[in-house]
Parts: sequence; structure tokens; C-alpha cells
Amino acid sequence: MKRKLLFVSDIALVAAMAITTAAIAQDPVRITQKGKQFSQDKVSLSAGQSILFVNDDTVAHNVYAIVKGKKQDLGLQKPSEEGGITFDNAGTYRVRCAIHPKMKMLVKVQ
Amino acid sequence: MMTKKDMTHKRITSWIVALGLVGGAASAADTDYRENYQRPADIPFPEENPHSDAKAELGKMLFFDPRLSRENNLTCASCHNPSFAWEDAQPTSVGTPMSRLGRHTPTVLNLAWGELFFWDGRAESLEEQALGPIQAGGEMAQDMGELLWELKAVPGYVEIFEQVFPKEGVTEENIGKAIATYERTLISAEAPFDRWLQGDEAAISDEAKRGFNLFNTKAKCVSCHEGWNFTDWGFHDIGLGDQDEGRYEILDFDALKHAFKTPGLRNIVERAPYMHDGSLKTLEEVIDHYNDGFVNRPSLSTEMERLGLSETEKSDLIAFLQTLSSEDPAVTLPKLPN
Repeated sequence: MKRKLLFVSDIALVAAMAITTAAIAQDPVRITQKGKQFSQDKVSLSAGQSILFVNDDTVAHNVYAIVKGKKQDLGLQKPSEEGGITFDNAGTYRVRCAIHPKMKMLVKVQ
Repeated sequence: MMTKKDMTHKRITSWIVALGLVGGAASAADTDYRENYQRPADIPFPEENPHSDAKAELGKMLFFDPRLSRENNLTCASCHNPSFAWEDAQPTSVGTPMSRLGRHTPTVLNLAWGELFFWDGRAESLEEQALGPIQAGGEMAQDMGELLWELKAVPGYVEIFEQVFPKEGVTEENIGKAIATYERTLISAEAPFDRWLQGDEAAISDEAKRGFNLFNTKAKCVSCHEGWNFTDWGFHDIGLGDQDEGRYEILDFDALKHAFKTPGLRNIVERAPYMHDGSLKTLEEVIDHYNDGFVNRPSLSTEMERLGLSETEKSDLIAFLQTLSSEDPAVTLPKLPN
């Protein structure tokens, strides 16, 4: 099983360290992909928390988010693969599958 | 899909009744696959552009009005021709400047359920999409300011726009809203396949039933061509081998190189030639492509694999696809204000 973790941050290393500390404080939210749908269409997070995207589907997906104009791309996820995105800044973000655009969810970070 | 809060809905049956197409027995499904293809009951309309009969009628007028093109020589229907299931029966169409376009004309049937529009998904909404070809240099090549001036010079249009969009009138946004509303009403009618879903075993042949089974199993068509309109609205590289990078030009992820939107399959027989470049002339060529005719490259969809279909299986698949053609009523041309 491949696993990938992205940090949504426009600040470099120092901020990433702080985010990592925050993420430890709160477990990642697990979102599955099945039937070309995310298991939730919206989720609330604390800053620094991450989402673990698990492909439980029969087809490949490509989860991504656009944060302050920057693309956060998990890349191709084949069935049974998983990957994470950490959201460090407050705001509302849209997560989508690049291959199947009907798959989308909102992430609210406080 | 039908319960989303951001949508308003209109019962499809109202159109079907108007078209005299009600019929069919109750469902007597005998395979697990059938339930995935039931026609929806409602047409979804976005909250920010709700349906009205007058708006749809205005949209139809604009759709068939050549004054929307720079040289007043093309309408939306020049390429999206209802006589060819809203396509144009040629590999790629010709625009106002009489030059060939780069991609095949897709149908405008069943777009009310769409997600991201154009072959490369560059338009977020149908309203945005509707305005694209009007202004594209190779297509209708119209200057929007010029078009607004032209339409405002026609009293009949000014009156209708005011009626549909009070205190707003003729604007670019309202042209898009009206055309999008009309397009959302263009729904392929009931086909023999639908009558079979409803329990009429005689509606389609045994070959077609075998083809439907193959569609959902060995042939793997359902990986992308899913649901009642036979599309996931997604983007896939199916290995045609041309240089067009498709969706990748809009969103530069490796998985999207040479990826194009999955077209629905309703009325597919009437929509030849096929693919985003119109390079395949017949359904036989399409099946051969998916069977073993595609180019293997890094961006090729993970759903693409050699199928090993027999000639009988290929024929069965085509027999099934032929059951998706509906007997749509003739489209009448609107009277246009002058």
C-alpha cells in the first residue's frame, strides 16, 4: 500500500514543523473514496489537522485541493492506496478528484 | 444527485408527457446491473439560474439565431444540430472564419447533469460554457459588446429579455443563463433500453442483452460510461495517440495528460464519427479501439486494458449500444424577432 502525505502550507520549514506538532495533537480524519464518492461531502478541521484519503474504490482516483491558488496534488491513487493532506491555515477549501470531478467535498479549517 | 440543496428541479415527466412519450411497464429487473441505469425523475437546475418556460424559450431563440455569430452565418445549432442528436456528423466542425476546429462537436443532450464542460472541462458551469463558442475566434467569433448592441437594437429581444430578466435586460450573463436553461431541457427521450429496464423483455434483442452484460463486465465500459446517461463526467486518456493534451492544458496533473471528458452514450448511433477528434468513423472502430487498438503511454487510464473480445462479443456490444437511441420528436425552429 502506497501512502503519501502533503502539507497545505505556504510557509516553509518552520511552519511545517509547527503544523506537524498540531497534527499530532489531533488524529487525521479518514475519508474513503468508494463508488466515485467521498465518504463525506464536508468536514471540519482544526488548523494543522490532516485528512487521510483512502481509495476503497475499484478505480483509480486523483485527489487534490487548491489552496491560495496553489494546487495540492495527491497524484494517482490506485485502489487500496492512501494519502494525506494537512491543512494548516484557517479557511474553506474544496477537495476534488481530478479524474472524476463529481467527487468533491468542502473542508472547513478553524 | 437529485436531493442537492443547491439545485431546483423540474419533473422530466412534464416534458415527456408534452412530447407524448409516456409508456412502458413497471420494472421487473432480473440483473443487478439494471438498477444503476434508471432514468432520473427530475431535471436539476441551479439555484442561481432557476428554470422558467419563458427563459428556456428565449434560450432556444438565441440557440437558433445566426446573429450570435460575427458574420451572422452560424448558430449554436450549426454544430449542435438536432438532426444528428445535437452533433454535426463530421470529425471536426467549421467555424465562422471557415477554418476547421481542433475537436469534435460534442452533443448538448443531457447536460443538466454535467460537471465541468467542454472536452477539457474548462467551463465550470453550463452558463459559462454557453458563452464560450459565441466568442471563440475559431467558432462564432463574435465580439460580446457587438452582440449586446445588436440584440438591444431588436425591440422584440429587448421586450423578451426584460420579461425574463426584469430590470436587467440584455446582458452577457443573461444570454448565458437563457441558453443554459434551454440546453438543460434537451433530454434524450425514452429508448428501447429504458423500456427493457422497465420490464419489457421484448424491447431489446438477446444480442443486446448479452452486450449489456459485457458492457458491465468483460468489456469494462462501465468503468467510465456509468449511470443512466452512461458517463462519469470524468477525464480519461483512452490512448487515441494524438498530441492533444486535453484536460492537462487546464489542470497540469500527470494523470490528466491526453485526458478528455467521457461522453454520454445516449443516441450514440446518430452521433458518428466518434472520439474527441472525430477520428473513428463507426462503432465497430470504437470497439476495436477499446479491445486492443489503443496506444500505451504513461498517462493511459488505468481502466484501459486489452479486452480479448470475440467477434460475437463485439457485435453484441454494438447491438446493445443501438438500444440507446430514442425516438425524439422533431425540433421546431423558433420565430425570431426582427
